[in-house]
Amino acid sequence: MTRKLMMGNEAMALGLVENGVSLATGYPGTPASEILASVAKSRRLRTDPIHVQWAVNEKVAFEIAYAGSQAGLRTAVSMKQVGLNVASDPLMSAAYMGTAGGFVVISADDPGPHSSQTEQDSRLMAVMAKIPVLDPDSPAAARRMTAMAYQLSEAFRIPVMLRPTTRVCHSRQDVAVDAEVLPGREADFKRDPLRWAATPKFRLKLHGELEEKLARIAAWPETAPVRHNPAAGGRRALVASGVAAAHAREALASLGLEEELPFYQVLQPFPLHTDFIDHLIADYDEILVLEETVGVIEMQIADRHRTRGKWTGAVPRVGELLPEAVFARIAAFAGRDVDVPQLPAVPGRRPTLCPGCPHRASFFAIRKAAPKGIYTSDIGCYTLGMNLGAVDTVLCMGAAISQAAGFYQAYRHAAKPPPVIATIGDSTFFHAGVPALIDAVVQQVRFVLVILDNRTTAMTGNQPTPASGVGACGEPLNAVAIEPLVKGCGVGFCRTADPYDVKNLIKLVKEALAYARQTGPAVVIARHPCVLEEARRTGRPPGPPPVVTDACDGCGFCVERFECPALVMNAEKTRVDIDPILCVGCNVCIQVCPKGAIEEAKDR
Amino acid sequence: MNETIRQQIVISGVGGQGVLFVTRLLAEAAIEAGLPVFTSETHGMAQRGGTVVSHLKVGPFASPLIRPGQADGLICLKAENIAAHGPFLHPGGWTVVNSQADGPGHVDADRIACGLDDARAVNLLVLGFALAAADEAGKPLLFCSPADVQRVLQRRLAQRESALKRSLAALAAGASAAKVAI
Repeated sequence: MTRKLMMGNEAMALGLVENGVSLATGYPGTPASEILASVAKSRRLRTDPIHVQWAVNEKVAFEIAYAGSQAGLRTAVSMKQVGLNVASDPLMSAAYMGTAGGFVVISADDPGPHSSQTEQDSRLMAVMAKIPVLDPDSPAAARRMTAMAYQLSEAFRIPVMLRPTTRVCHSRQDVAVDAEVLPGREADFKRDPLRWAATPKFRLKLHGELEEKLARIAAWPETAPVRHNPAAGGRRALVASGVAAAHAREALASLGLEEELPFYQVLQPFPLHTDFIDHLIADYDEILVLEETVGVIEMQIADRHRTRGKWTGAVPRVGELLPEAVFARIAAFAGRDVDVPQLPAVPGRRPTLCPGCPHRASFFAIRKAAPKGIYTSDIGCYTLGMNLGAVDTVLCMGAAISQAAGFYQAYRHAAKPPPVIATIGDSTFFHAGVPALIDAVVQQVRFVLVILDNRTTAMTGNQPTPASGVGACGEPLNAVAIEPLVKGCGVGFCRTADPYDVKNLIKLVKEALAYARQTGPAVVIARHPCVLEEARRTGRPPGPPPVVTDACDGCGFCVERFECPALVMNAEKTRVDIDPILCVGCNVCIQVCPKGAIEEAKDR
Repeated sequence: MNETIRQQIVISGVGGQGVLFVTRLLAEAAIEAGLPVFTSETHGMAQRGGTVVSHLKVGPFASPLIRPGQADGLICLKAENIAAHGPFLHPGGWTVVNSQADGPGHVDADRIACGLDDARAVNLLVLGFALAAADEAGKPLLFCSPADVQRVLQRRLAQRESALKRSLAALAAGASAAKVAI
């Protein structure tokens, strides 16, 4: 038996490939990003073809994968939890219509949150859509649950959600890799317009069928809760799911409660098995429920007076359920008085744009061109533009443009309306920015949109964008260029510049502002490749750092306004030095220094 | 499978220093030794220069995270993180830290890296130091040996000769710093 170190996302991908997935789609988002790339890598385990693709957004990804299921194939779509919001429209409807081939929706949650706008619980989306959801506790379990999800989906003709959290996605574990690999099927779409194109009258019937399916799924033995310690007795029980169950196993062992406190692990938090609910209420006086992030299991245990969990306040409702919190709750529940060490609240280092990041130059130029502007921004690395004082708002994918329109309308009749400048990344522009830009053109919104085009989806690990002309497996594809798309939306001013030439970009943004004041939306495309991606692609070592001359008087302008991690003020605050470990030699700081005290390295 | 070995190690640094790579090398060394292993990593925005921490658990564990007060060791690529991550250690737990100050477990990896003309080698220098270091009783700190990690590097970087050479040199330089310290 070969064992391999596998990230949760790789393990789920392996599970999909082993279980006959023929079509896998997604949109990148932490912590789910590596799932699709790993399907692309593991597809070599199969002799039949698998279509693997990044879609322009989660809704499109969902619909492509769902149609594959309608055609009888086993398919999957992966995304992060807020991506599921974007895909919620097809999700709700697909639940009614059902599936033909097995269909797995992987929605990765991020309690913490570590890298997300919200801590929302995808399992509640499963409740709303009325589909079953599985909650893995480890990479190995996540892989096993892909097989379980396909069986469940095909037994009941229903989409099944697999809901890992960050600690499953980004954990690594030794996993046995030599399992049997099922081939995919041939497409075989069976026409059934009363189902696949149902009108409202038939939707009512489908809703009835969906409720019947859920009742039967709540009795399906394969996904029933697991009792870890059948010998344990007493009138108190512990119920846990997901990573909280993994923490609970270790906590029970260190508290010596393994054989004392009855411990149930829920695999399918919704619908919770009916017999299990009856058993809990019949046999226990107190039930502690540990789950992330909302009390979804707890909600379904009908007796409010016996449960202890998120809804009763016994378990924190906010933040990640860390092992120390699980340990403390179990100890208190079992009446043990123990000392639980906590980590001190030490402010960590804040993330910053990388040294040499072209976004830093763009933000510097934007602030120079419109120092009193309102800066709306969006989701991606460039959210960190807030460190440079050039990001005022971040809401969700694509909102930079619609929010710019909202600010313009809000100030429209003001005596002196502020300039409004929106920033959005290339991938985010394709994802959800285009409809908002069309709307702004129609409404003649007088604002400047700067598209920060670094030729990649950087934050999530450099996945291709629709402009890359490359697919998820590295295959050549068509590319959609940004300029004609912007012009096609009806924008009259669309110019492109390299942000490394800061002075030129400042001039261009000023021109765009002048145009916008008179006419309507103006777009500047700030194009320079992501430094991380370039370094990886070319393998070229970074250029030599520039040199700080004696003209530097420690004014701190560069440190504060340019905020490059490689620029370090000395302890006496008399001079700035360049950290040779961090500097990549982009030389943009030469243009930023007001004293002209930074010069290009001579041995260049 | 050797089920008696249990070791919980926290690896700490800032995004871009290679915390994930160190974690990964140790985890693969564990698998090669036939030991079960679990790691947990920081991804996403924090990787852009923010505080980054990995948990490595070797042995029969169920949870990917280490509870404060339970870690056997802390490998710290940035000294400023000691305040935040030191409390992961149990009483008597060891620390190996990249620091300009003197003290047990301290190694000035930034300086040695500049000497090697390989600024990005800090992570492997500190790892090399930790692998060669021993406690007061002379027992190695880590569950695996420098040779175990060398084998993992040789396999991972088999196609990239110059990267392999640089990595092995950094590991060795860290190890010799440990010998001087002892």
